[in-house]
Amino acid sequence: MKAIVNIYLKEGVLDTQGKATHHALDSLGFDSVSDVRIGKQIILEVDTKDKAEAEEQIKDMAETLLANTVIEDYTIEIV
Amino acid sequence: MKKLTVSILQFPGTNCEYDTVYAFERLGYETKVLWHKEESLAEGTDLVVIPGGFSYGDYLRSGSIARFSPIIKAVQAYADAGGIVLGICNGFQILTEMGLLPGALKRNNNLHFISKHQMVKIINNDNAFLNQCKVGEVLDIPVAHADGNYYIDDAGFKELEENNQILLRYCDNEGNPTILNGSVEQIAGIRNKKGNIFGLMPHPERAMEFVLGSEDGVRMLKGFENT
Repeated sequence: MKAIVNIYLKEGVLDTQGKATHHALDSLGFDSVSDVRIGKQIILEVDTKDKAEAEEQIKDMAETLLANTVIEDYTIEIV
Repeated sequence: MKKLTVSILQFPGTNCEYDTVYAFERLGYETKVLWHKEESLAEGTDLVVIPGGFSYGDYLRSGSIARFSPIIKAVQAYADAGGIVLGICNGFQILTEMGLLPGALKRNNNLHFISKHQMVKIINNDNAFLNQCKVGEVLDIPVAHADGNYYIDDAGFKELEENNQILLRYCDNEGNPTILNGSVEQIAGIRNKKGNIFGLMPHPERAMEFVLGSEDGVRMLKGFENT
């Protein structure tokens, strides 16, 4: 089973990479963009057939290692 | 006087461990460098130092992988028993990832790796670390980091202030606060509430003699003698 974990800085925590990229897009004339946020995506191959079980395991992984919940939020998607 | 024993951790990618050895040996301390696969600290350890560098290549997040090394279990037990731990730069990042210090270190606001001499102001000295420095004193200590932007939420910041946990702030020559990397309230170093865990982004071990531009680090690191 494949799982995708997306990790972003929390709302209210300044995303400096997103801000710099937004600024660059703006200077290139792409002025329709109102916000840019940059996160990271972790793709996991998990050896389990049970979706709920996989989700539970990945949540544990995210809380323990993959995300720093002081500054980051994450989403889990099983595909 | 008993010679203090300092355990200095070494992970793949650590690069300040021998500067740290040099600094503490200049002060007459006994030092031992411990590879991350070790499971116990040096016998009779009086101080654990997690030095600077790029443990595990800063992969995932700075300090996030080092915190699961075997030696960290020994550090955790030592800290739980009230032992004194100092994290410098990457060491500070590891201590926040471990949850031994509150908050987190983010990418610098300007996205640059900042490497230069920096003035820092002593905010609190009533602790096992900065007791040789005066409150309000301005010291010249080098910084070298990409992820030194200290973040803590409002409630956490209030708690730091109330418990005198803020140790250092970035400032100019006159001691006025200076924005260096985007840190909340220009915080450069903190301690835990209990007062046995210390973390800072500047490198006192690189400011041990005039020939290197500053010897202000001596007074900082000498503080542990009084513990």
